[in-house]
Amino acid sequence: MEQLTYTDYGKDRGREREYLYWLSQAPDMGAVTIRRLWDRYHSFERVYNMEETGLKNQGLVNGGQAKGLGLWKRQLARCRDDYRKMEEKGIRFVTFLDKEYPRRLEKLYGSPAVLYIRGRLPDEDRPTAAIVGARDCSHYGSQTAEYLGRSLAHGGVQVISGMALGIDGAGHKGCLRAGGDTYAVLGCGVDICYPRSHFSMYMEIPEKGGVISEYCPGQSPKACHFPMRNRIISGLADAVIVVEAREKSGSLITADCGLEQGKEIFAVPGRTTDTLSQGCNQLIRQGAGIVTCPGDILDFFHIHPEKKLIVHEKSENGLAKKEKMLYSCLDLQPKFIDRIAEESGLTLGECLTLLLELELGGYIVQTAGHYYAKKL
Amino acid sequence: MFSKVNSIGLRGLEGYPVSVEVDAGDGLPGVTMVGALAGEVREAQDRVRTALKNSGYRFRPRKVTINLSPADIRKGGTGFDFPIAVGMLCAYEIADPRKLEDAALIGELGLDGELKPVKGVLSLVCEARDQGLNRCFLPSKNAGEGRAVGGIRIIGISSIREMAEYMENPDLFKEEKEAGEECEEDDGEYPVDYREVQGQLLMKRAAEVAVAGSHNLLYIGPAGTGKTMVAERIPTIMPPCTRQEQLEISKVYSVCGLLPQEGKLLRRRPFRSPHHSITGAALAGGGRNPVPGELSLASGGVLFLDEFPEFSRYAIEMMRQPLESGRVVMSRVSGRYEFPARFILVAAMNPCPCGFYPDRNRCRCTRQQVRNYLSRISGPILDRIDICAEASPITFSELRQSVPQETSLDIRRRVERARKIQERRYAGTGIRFNSQMKGEHIRRYCALKKEDEQFFQAVYRNMNLSARAYTRILKVARTIADLDGQERIGHGHLCESVSYRSLEEKYWNS
Repeated sequence: MEQLTYTDYGKDRGREREYLYWLSQAPDMGAVTIRRLWDRYHSFERVYNMEETGLKNQGLVNGGQAKGLGLWKRQLARCRDDYRKMEEKGIRFVTFLDKEYPRRLEKLYGSPAVLYIRGRLPDEDRPTAAIVGARDCSHYGSQTAEYLGRSLAHGGVQVISGMALGIDGAGHKGCLRAGGDTYAVLGCGVDICYPRSHFSMYMEIPEKGGVISEYCPGQSPKACHFPMRNRIISGLADAVIVVEAREKSGSLITADCGLEQGKEIFAVPGRTTDTLSQGCNQLIRQGAGIVTCPGDILDFFHIHPEKKLIVHEKSENGLAKKEKMLYSCLDLQPKFIDRIAEESGLTLGECLTLLLELELGGYIVQTAGHYYAKKL
Repeated sequence: MFSKVNSIGLRGLEGYPVSVEVDAGDGLPGVTMVGALAGEVREAQDRVRTALKNSGYRFRPRKVTINLSPADIRKGGTGFDFPIAVGMLCAYEIADPRKLEDAALIGELGLDGELKPVKGVLSLVCEARDQGLNRCFLPSKNAGEGRAVGGIRIIGISSIREMAEYMENPDLFKEEKEAGEECEEDDGEYPVDYREVQGQLLMKRAAEVAVAGSHNLLYIGPAGTGKTMVAERIPTIMPPCTRQEQLEISKVYSVCGLLPQEGKLLRRRPFRSPHHSITGAALAGGGRNPVPGELSLASGGVLFLDEFPEFSRYAIEMMRQPLESGRVVMSRVSGRYEFPARFILVAAMNPCPCGFYPDRNRCRCTRQQVRNYLSRISGPILDRIDICAEASPITFSELRQSVPQETSLDIRRRVERARKIQERRYAGTGIRFNSQMKGEHIRRYCALKKEDEQFFQAVYRNMNLSARAYTRILKVARTIADLDGQERIGHGHLCESVSYRSLEEKYWNS
């Protein structure tokens, strides 16, 4: 059987990389076509010098791609310029011909021909998990994702996600808090921070992990990029954990990609009535692994931490009696102050005082105004 | 012959003396009216002529000149019909003008000679009294309102004919005309009470604190959570109006023609809830001859703005200055007009465009959308809102339960006590309520204990509070301590106050 991977550019490595940089940005040019062209010619410079009608007649490219390629040839000088600038910016350019190209991606059909990286790529021999989920998640979801991120980092697992709002960001955040390395796969160029509110995270991730994208620097985020990047998220991971997802959502696309790629799928269960957990519950029904604690995933990786990990609340030690009582009234679903006062039997003023103290102590969070929930 | 009758004109909320001069002399027959008159005043000549004819008077054709002096102030309104008619009678020597030297005449005429009520009688009568006049002739429907002023004799007249008879023989129906010297008031009872509101502890408590310190208030919560219900009961926990306040509130209503016809003074505090399509002019007042707007109609009570972000930006920005100074000042070519605007602003809004946040099962708004929605409220207005409270959907069990709730009276007692404390504290400082404290006052009256100082510092750092939030929290904490009857702000007061901090700090840092 023919070897699918190439770790050789032939004679002129630098030139070939420049031409691949140029080719990968040509309109309508996909990863599969690029590999087909390489298989035929073993040189991107030759592809550049070919008449595009010739390529078309050989059935290597279709009509649209041929036309685009013809026009794109004028852009070579600019691309070379950009290529140099990119290197100056410290953005790494890893192609499917490089040794560093992730082995996890190599085997996949349609895996990206080129990757742009700020920071580094995930280690090949360390376990890797993807944490994905809804952007407009609930407090329960973001707390769980953050907690999972933290526990996985402690267990030495690399965490991959998409740096989106909600679950993705919470996963990264948990991992960063625990000092682990985490990798963000973006739907835009790696020099663009999207969403902008995650700027500090965007700056922090490459210090230990990396920001990865198959889109060239300067590419703005487009809706069509995100389902594509999901295949890289699942591709780079050994296991995909869906924390919260609606019935039809992008997170389920990631899970589907993962299934196709033969990855293990995990889902965090939720209440049957929560629309945000319907996607997860559906996955579980279809046979996904169920995550009741981070240990479930660590077990999958045969990691056995000394301390048994269960989803637990903060230790209540050091809390006064009333605070303990109030704390026990709360759970991960945000509760409104009126209900807390009613259940605890304390006056509104007392509740507000104790809640503020618990909040400052890091036991609880105020999710929206006057709604309180426990912190994991 | 020349005659002169006193009347009062209305300018903003104030009256000004007008003398109505009528001269009937030789020349080509006709009527000329002068004295910077608006359309409705100019039309008076037709109403007056016809009314006099229909009252049985016949006039020889003469040249009649009518002057409303001072001639450089533009006069509007229909209150001059009556003095002009009486002036005509005097000019034709049918009546004796000397009998009216100490009296002011105000009223509109119908074509049958009947006197009709006019707007702004309270202000007009006040001015008449201040001018040193002893008597005021009013349309009988306005007489009750006029009597509320006190210090001047009010004579209610129902038609021109009756006026003529009265001038012939003043003692004829003295009894009848000057009855009801006692001024009338409404009963001061509100049709609503906090007893009827089940649950909603936080909103009720926030209302109590807001009223006690005269803080402005913002409710955030999904539709149908009782924001309006709680807000419209706020006047019931405000201290009853003093006589001075009643007069001030009623004056505005009188000028706008909103006073009940029986002419009673308003004892209830106003609750105004304009629709969000309101224009800036309708809110703040306006017009060539400015009339008060909703801000002034709410003065002394509550201005409730439901669906706050839907109000036009322009209209909302109009409130900035009045919120600060407690009055609306309008400058026109004809002068400067001032209306009171000492209201408590209660705004209500949904937490996000769909209205269900933070219920994630129903709300699919992104965090950005929520943020954008909240940021539709301008910062300067938000700065003037000290208390921000959430509303949550009511559960069925809460609706069904019939736990006896606190009555408005119970709450009002606490509010009154807190107000008394403030009254004593701020005597001679130029301010009246905690919400009006400035930097110097805050340093003086909002001292914290040492450990609370440290605690507050931790809160400030952890929650990324702004300097503005800092003063707001201290002001509200002061009010909560006053409600508690405490000299010093305690730990609990501070904590409660922190939880009312504005949505800027709550949502925008999340």
